Amino acid sequence: MKKIFNILLLAAGLFVLITSCVKDLDTIPLDKDVVTAATVFEDPAAYKEVLAKLYAGLAVSGQDGPSGNPDISGIDEGFGQYLRGWWYHQELPTDEAVIGWNDQTIKDFHNISWGTSDVFISAMYYRIFYQISACNEYIRETSDSKLDERGVTGQLRTDVEHYRAEARFLRALSYWHAMDLFGNVPFVTENDAVGAFFPQRIERKDLFKYVVDELQAIEDKLLPPRSEYARADQAAAWALLAKVFLNAQVYAGENRYADCAAYCNKIITAGFTLHPAYRNLFLADNEQCTDEVIFAVAFDGDATRTWGGTNFIIHAAIGGSMIPADFGFGGGWGGTRTTSAFVNKFPSETGSPDKRGMFYTDGQNKEIVNIGEFTDGYAITKWRNVKSNGSGGKSLDFPDTDFPMFRMADIYLMYAEAAVNNAADINQAVVYVNEIRKRAYGNLSGNINAGQLTMDFILDERARELYWECHRRTDLIRHGKFTSSDYLWPWKGNVAEGKAMDNKYNLFPIPASDVTANPNLKQNDGY
Amino acid sequence: MVDFYKFKKALLLVALFLAVLPAIAQRGDITGTVRDADDRATIPGVSIVVKGTLLGTTTDINGNFRIAVDPNTTLIFSFVGYATSEVVVQPNTSIVVDLKIEATALEEFIVIGYGVQKKSDATGSVVAIDSKSFNQGQIINPAGLVSGKIAGVQITDGGGAPGEGATIRIRGGSSLSASNDPLYVIDGVPIDNEGISGSRSPLNSINPADIETFTVLKDASATAIYGSRASNGVIIITTKKGKTGTPLKLEYNGNFSLASPVKTIDVLGADEFSRLVKERYPGYADMLGTSSTDWQNEIYQNAFGMDHVLGITGAYKMLPYRLSVGYSNQDGILKTDNTARTTINAALNPAFFNDHLKVNVNFKYANEQNQFADRGAIGASVQYDPTKPITSGTTYNPYYMNDVNDDGISDTILMPATDFGGYWAWIQSNGTDVPVEQGSSNPVALLNLREDNSNVNRIIGNVQLDYKFHFLPELRANLNLGLDQSKSSGEVKVPDYAPWVYDPLNGGGIYNYYEQEKKNELLDFYLNYNKDLTSIESNIDVMAGYSWQHFWRADSSLNGNYSRDFTIDPVRPGVYQKNFIGEPKRTYNITPNYVPTESYLVSFFGRLNYTFKERYLLTLTLRNDGTSRFSPDTRWGLFPSAAFAWRILDESFMKDVNVLSQFKLRLGWGVTGQQNINQGDYPYLPRYTRSNQNARYQLGNLFYYTMRPAGYDYNIKWEETTTLNLGLDFGFAQDRFYGSIDIYNRKTEDLINFIPVPAGTNLSNFILTNVGNLENKGFEFMLTSRIFNTSELFWEVGFNATYNQNEITKLTASDDPDYLGVETGGISGGVGNFVQMNSVGRPANSFFVFEQVYGTDGKPIQGLYVDRNGDGEITNADRYHYKKPAADFYFGISSALNYKQWDFTFSGRANFGNYVYNNVESENAVYERLYRPEGPYLGNIVSAVANTDFINPQYLSDYYIQDASFFRMDNISLSYSFPDIINGKADLRITGTVMNAFVITQYDGVDPEISGGIDNRFYPRPRTYVLGLNLQF
Repeated sequence: MKKIFNILLLAAGLFVLITSCVKDLDTIPLDKDVVTAATVFEDPAAYKEVLAKLYAGLAVSGQDGPSGNPDISGIDEGFGQYLRGWWYHQELPTDEAVIGWNDQTIKDFHNISWGTSDVFISAMYYRIFYQISACNEYIRETSDSKLDERGVTGQLRTDVEHYRAEARFLRALSYWHAMDLFGNVPFVTENDAVGAFFPQRIERKDLFKYVVDELQAIEDKLLPPRSEYARADQAAAWALLAKVFLNAQVYAGENRYADCAAYCNKIITAGFTLHPAYRNLFLADNEQCTDEVIFAVAFDGDATRTWGGTNFIIHAAIGGSMIPADFGFGGGWGGTRTTSAFVNKFPSETGSPDKRGMFYTDGQNKEIVNIGEFTDGYAITKWRNVKSNGSGGKSLDFPDTDFPMFRMADIYLMYAEAAVNNAADINQAVVYVNEIRKRAYGNLSGNINAGQLTMDFILDERARELYWECHRRTDLIRHGKFTSSDYLWPWKGNVAEGKAMDNKYNLFPIPASDVTANPNLKQNDGY
Repeated sequence: MVDFYKFKKALLLVALFLAVLPAIAQRGDITGTVRDADDRATIPGVSIVVKGTLLGTTTDINGNFRIAVDPNTTLIFSFVGYATSEVVVQPNTSIVVDLKIEATALEEFIVIGYGVQKKSDATGSVVAIDSKSFNQGQIINPAGLVSGKIAGVQITDGGGAPGEGATIRIRGGSSLSASNDPLYVIDGVPIDNEGISGSRSPLNSINPADIETFTVLKDASATAIYGSRASNGVIIITTKKGKTGTPLKLEYNGNFSLASPVKTIDVLGADEFSRLVKERYPGYADMLGTSSTDWQNEIYQNAFGMDHVLGITGAYKMLPYRLSVGYSNQDGILKTDNTARTTINAALNPAFFNDHLKVNVNFKYANEQNQFADRGAIGASVQYDPTKPITSGTTYNPYYMNDVNDDGISDTILMPATDFGGYWAWIQSNGTDVPVEQGSSNPVALLNLREDNSNVNRIIGNVQLDYKFHFLPELRANLNLGLDQSKSSGEVKVPDYAPWVYDPLNGGGIYNYYEQEKKNELLDFYLNYNKDLTSIESNIDVMAGYSWQHFWRADSSLNGNYSRDFTIDPVRPGVYQKNFIGEPKRTYNITPNYVPTESYLVSFFGRLNYTFKERYLLTLTLRNDGTSRFSPDTRWGLFPSAAFAWRILDESFMKDVNVLSQFKLRLGWGVTGQQNINQGDYPYLPRYTRSNQNARYQLGNLFYYTMRPAGYDYNIKWEETTTLNLGLDFGFAQDRFYGSIDIYNRKTEDLINFIPVPAGTNLSNFILTNVGNLENKGFEFMLTSRIFNTSELFWEVGFNATYNQNEITKLTASDDPDYLGVETGGISGGVGNFVQMNSVGRPANSFFVFEQVYGTDGKPIQGLYVDRNGDGEITNADRYHYKKPAADFYFGISSALNYKQWDFTFSGRANFGNYVYNNVESENAVYERLYRPEGPYLGNIVSAVANTDFINPQYLSDYYIQDASFFRMDNISLSYSFPDIINGKADLRITGTVMNAFVITQYDGVDPEISGGIDNRFYPRPRTYVLGLNLQF
């Protein structure tokens, strides 16, 4: 009897031991820096920290700066940074920039001969959708019902409602990039939870409508202009609306210049003006230019480090006999220059009388014989990691220089373009354009009259004012000059004199990997 | 105590009674001692039976016995592992019986998962190598002991650094992105092989001198008992133990080695370099120097090493023990590289209650201290300008930033006066004394200005209790409690005046400190029932068990700047102070980060061995594994196996086949898993990760640490590999020739692959998920030939051959024929260039390149490739799969020749059909590297440039995929034994060994054996001469 009892006891003991050990399998992360989705918002500070990630998605490439722990994979982390990708796509295929490196397929950009498996195009595409997915997650996590559930009230509730609108703005911004670069893309919103599914394809014109609707829906939910630096406020939404309306013909086949002008006016009414010194807009302390800059992507030599962003823009432009220290850096990457077609838009290459022409010509050839040679093509000195008082930034390796995504000069020129298209006051437009010209020349000698304000002038003026700020490709396409023979620049289409290219290149291809992964997608025409 | 005396009295009485008996019956006692014929050690527990009776006794602790016998009685002496001996004895005499170790008996027992087994009963593909057959020389990493000895096992060390870890692949890899390393079980403790911070290889904490056997379980019928960790094979290491009844034995092993570089990369000399720079970049000829420096010569050295092991083996009464202490110290051929190791190994294995309770206690301690050289010097020594001197002695002037704001005053000081530690450095040629940011750094400075040290302590210990039930001796219970714990730390310091980390604005320099703690706890329990069922000519051996294992680790690190002037706060690590000239001490506070993580593995397992008529053997195993790494829905996995073996030779119809001494057919099937998917411990959980301090974001005036939601796959689970194995063990002529043949097929399903997800559906673009399939097929052959086997002359030659073919059979969820695959094989040069592609229908890591076009002179034409798809353009679509890094055939050969006191052994390996991407040439055999505008600076190139005359790099040309088949003589060794020196009290053996004696290959690079197949900045394997002493008392 006792023996049986002992055996039962032993069996019971084993059972308890084993089941308790099986329970050991339910682990949760021990690392305090890793929080599960179930508990992250127990800390009220997390709302702003997750929001900060949505902004940082434009600036850094992962959770470790400058690299390590990346957001997206399949590409060198620096290449996969959002702003660097945006810059590659908007500048390298145009007259404004060439790059001399041997990185993978990078030369296909200037050649306008990219394919469907291009890693740089994939990186940009997935960067955009990473950003959209992250915004969707945030919008889901900050729904009214979730906030009620967590008992979020009072000031925090008010703040979170602003944050949520900002997440919707950032999503709209990325959808704008998707619409501009890729046209017809997968469409996901906060209603599509993370999981294995095939997103529906949205046509470019429907995406245009969605972006406009979204921005108009959050217009009043955002903070008033200039509330907090680097946050998307109402003026940011207006600027983006103006931008998509300006390009409505390309995106949706609609003439929306009047809406464009209306939103430009809202920004003008809100008190934005031109910053007195053009060069300061691109220096290490350009966060002080809040008189002009509407929305910027912030970088910092200590806190916000990346191999992309303005770090790439500044570093890659330094080479040849340029002195890196003059740009606040310890060295250069010897990559980007410009074509003679761009240089020729200025009255001279010396920065006189138009001070915006910031070229480095010493030891540089104006004409490009070999794109791989840094000294072929003038270098550009517009972007620097040096403060307006001449002192350096916080680091010799990573700039403090922020990237103005929307600024007042762009708004004035958009207004002017609407005016030339009979959707705004042409005289007012001339006044605005002359504001820009006056700053550029330092006097009134560069001023124009209404007769000189033509579409071609505006396109050229946009180049002179906004070069290397990620506008060029969109502008050329809107003016019908990107692929056509109307306008050729050196090495367009990989020939020295330039040649017209197939119209299919007005859109980038959907990366082959996503066409494979998602049967709902359709490759863009011609690819 | 009282009882004990009573007992003794009773015994005396009985003894007296017995003593009287023989006088009556003419009987008498015989006394004697039983010894080991080899080492003359007495053997306790030998069974002695009077032939034809059931009467008998056993030897006592000292090997002595006494038994009453009639005249001319035959006694049978038997003991496990020894040949049975029959002796005719007379009463009242005394004899000494020497038992001989049964020639094959000891080899016959092999360790398997949770038990041991007679080799002749094995149904799976298992190869055991014992210490007698290990490779000789100075070996720090245990894998080196068996390199080339086992068919189907490829061991490739990572390079020539001392104590460098080795890549071990058993029957090709079964995974693409998950680990392909086998599971290591050391004295019954499955260890965590994921790497220890600061250690060159986690296996280094086992001193090779302490290893008794190295057993490789290759097929699933042998490994499936280890379930979810067994897909890449299992290696079981047992360490040396003491033996009951053996006298104290002292053994000293000493090795003294000299390693020297064999081959360096052929680069341009200073004269040729100058000539080429003047010819091709005349505008920059003034950048040339006047020195002539062979940078490779400056960074490599002849490296000395030594290794001492002192071992004590014996038994104190019933307590057999072994204790050893080892110390080794080896320099690298790359200057400033060193590794030193101290090990202590203790084993106690007593038995109690008449061997009913066996206790095994193992304790291993290892301390590893490393000094890591900056391996950047290897690449830099190829690329550095040979016209520059090592040191310059120049002091550079303070440099001010130009007058940017046009106020007539130079701005911020960018560079205080410095001499860069006395080393020559590239300074920007535009008149500023700022070091060139990019580009190669002075190789000697790289080595000498970096301090990179680590200290690793590790213990592995276990207590194993094996109890044979008194009332039911067929049943055994086995409890094993194990602990594997390590603590390591390291520090990297580069002073702020080192030109490559020069940043006066932020302090410059590098200071890294890291610390790691790992703890792996184990509890195994199993019951084993073994019974002969003679009535039905069967034997059953059933085992069922439970295992619990907990893996915990915590890493912490801090990174900052470093300067001569920094003082590290000894109280609060992470806080340091710097003296600025003319300024008060500034305190820097760097927050160390601390990252703990853990996982659990809980398992139930069982095995049934059924033997029928001693020749039909069936093995069934089943393991149910649960891991905390997967979600509750997917965390449990079932891993079965079945195997059948047929000892054909034991059949009656084979009775007359005398030429055969072994003939066994094996057939096995099993499923194993791979849970080590390299994705941390929580891949299925949605989680948020905080950014580090350099990835914060500014909102308003504050910088915020950001929180990122991470991508995840809730349904992720282990890979499953199904293996089919057909084997034949054979032996001829009393095993003068024996070996085995195996054919296998391994299919991995639910292959974990990193694939793009439909954009927008997850919080990353790639997700790790179970989508692919992979197949390995192969053939293995092993043969051992004892060509001579006499007491004076012994010659044994071992040969093994392996053929393995690997193919990816599925990669994506949908079968899109246009899906190219996953790029892999990142190279040096450009950014983000890959030369390999994992695609369906191809071997893993196949090269993916352009097809080079050659001119009439046989030279490749720069930039000209075959338009393979015929669309008139050379685009990415013209790239093709061409060759692969893994060999088709692997061979190993080893020979042991013994003549009187002389021993001569060698072992070598050959690989055929393996290709290497010569990244050294693709990057450095181009003229454009002579002058680098991004510095600007001048850089050396390799002489192979003359073969192509390429100006710009052609990274993706198939020209660089080169045949790297080779034969390597790993080891040649000659030794002489001086037996019975010091009045017969000691034996001495002196051995001379050459390791990595020579390599035969057509490959142009430094070494054809490159794990992964991309040859760049490879730490060359030295040739090592070793003098070894072995002294036994």
